[in-house]
Amino acid sequence: MNIDKDLVAAMASPLVLTILAEGGSYGYAILKRVRELSGGELEWTDGMLYPLLHRLERLGHIRAEWGSSPEGRKRKNYQITESGLAQLAEQQRQWQTATRALGALWGSGPSGNGTGTMKLAGA
Amino acid sequence: MSSMDVLETQIDQWRAAVTRSRAVDAADVEELEGHLREQVADLELTGLDQEEAFLVAVKRLGAVDSVTAEFAREHGDRLWKQLVLVGESGRRGRPLIAMLVFAVVAAAGIQVARLAGGDQPWFVRDLALFVLPVLAAYFVWLRKPPRRRVIALAAIVVALAVLANVFPFRPDAQTGLLVAIHLPVALWFVVGVAYLGRDRMSSSRRMDFVRFTGEWAIYYVLIALGGGVLMGLTSLVLAPIVSSAVYEQVFLWAIPSGAAAAVIVAAWLVEAKKSVIENIAPVLTAIFTPLFAVMLVAAVIGYLVAGIGHPFNRELLIAFDALLIVVLALVLYGISARDSLKPVGLTDALRLVAMIAAIVLDLVVLGSMLARIGDYGFTPNRVAALAVNVILLVDLAGTAWITGRALAGRVSVVAIDRWQTGYLPVFAAWSVVSVAVLPLVFWFA
Repeated sequence: MNIDKDLVAAMASPLVLTILAEGGSYGYAILKRVRELSGGELEWTDGMLYPLLHRLERLGHIRAEWGSSPEGRKRKNYQITESGLAQLAEQQRQWQTATRALGALWGSGPSGNGTGTMKLAGA
Repeated sequence: MSSMDVLETQIDQWRAAVTRSRAVDAADVEELEGHLREQVADLELTGLDQEEAFLVAVKRLGAVDSVTAEFAREHGDRLWKQLVLVGESGRRGRPLIAMLVFAVVAAAGIQVARLAGGDQPWFVRDLALFVLPVLAAYFVWLRKPPRRRVIALAAIVVALAVLANVFPFRPDAQTGLLVAIHLPVALWFVVGVAYLGRDRMSSSRRMDFVRFTGEWAIYYVLIALGGGVLMGLTSLVLAPIVSSAVYEQVFLWAIPSGAAAAVIVAAWLVEAKKSVIENIAPVLTAIFTPLFAVMLVAAVIGYLVAGIGHPFNRELLIAFDALLIVVLALVLYGISARDSLKPVGLTDALRLVAMIAAIVLDLVVLGSMLARIGDYGFTPNRVAALAVNVILLVDLAGTAWITGRALAGRVSVVAIDRWQTGYLPVFAAWSVVSVAVLPLVFWFA
């Protein structure tokens, strides 16, 4: 099952914030974690992660600083901020409302199929 | 060539392709390259050979075009540096011709007005009306805002033009002078709305207009200097062979037309050659922000030590209005030229010092003047100078407050942009009030 592009875009920012709430990380590791969490079902163009990270940084939801990888290459590490945690809590509320509403419709309806309900990782 | 070299060459080529987009800066390329290399290494562990791994990794990273487009969407301020904005690239040649047409219209308009009444008081008062609506029309042509907005803008211009000319100003009326000063400002906001095109409410687009205003002013001054040199040399060269009456006649035609056309040309230059000024503006603010900070702090100390026994003095108040405008311009320019991702630092602190000193200084002077204004009564000039002072002071105080909070890490620096762009309508409203209401309040005195 491939998840719809618009839905992936909508999930991207809560997903990244959730992963960073688990602890500081950097681009490639964040993407690996996304793949892991979605079992490869989330088709995400890797390059799109970075503009998203920069947007979250500009909004003050995450903080970035340059460090280095074990091989000695420069690497940009990201950490969630207070405002990022608040933003994440807000997004969790919104997603929970959305999934609850859809779940109520699909879970009890005659044509309902269980796979329609989606669990957001970490939420 | 060893396989390692092949990979390095491939990565070099990929990096060159990504760097071509101005929306991606060196640090971003570094970040993406790190990603690419890790992905290649991981894929090699799964048994792919290096070349295959590179191909898969690049594929996963995404097509260079779409990734850089995504960067451009996030880093619009970097695109500012690009010669031609995305979306307008298809009509590269036409803006030049259109610009020339609009410039000729502006130049012709000013001559018609000069011949009709170059020595009349209305000529000076209406000067901006012959030029700035043409500039607004140029942006309407360029940006194609919705038709209803174009009609509204045209209605505003007509209303301002009618008001400025039906008011029966007394000879040498102060209110007439105020209209002459504020009409260009009001019209500049009309240009601004046309400039914003479809996204009038977007804070970043409004910030672009603030930037545009500053850079337009720089270009205009540069063009004016060039024009001055040309005129000066012309008179020197022609002096031996023709009588001065002849080249004075030439100047009478060339200078007003050139000045009007330069308004359009400067606007076009800002749009077309953004990267040139991009390098000047940050340097100018970097030099003058500390100097102004020092001057203002010294002035505050001086005023506090010497005390101010001044009566209400309009010239002094106008000087302080000018000072606040310059400080505000430095701050705005500094903010708009700063990289929104960079953490706040020394320059922001210096800006804050300059702002606080300017605010304190202005409050000291304003306070002492307000205490005495009762003795002298309200005249149109005093009301205008005071109101402008208060409007600027509120703007600066808000900016200083948010800068302080940003320095303390409480808010993101984006909040400064939002405050500024949100405050712009106040300036627009006051300029319209000065043109349309003040003359009535003071009955054209």
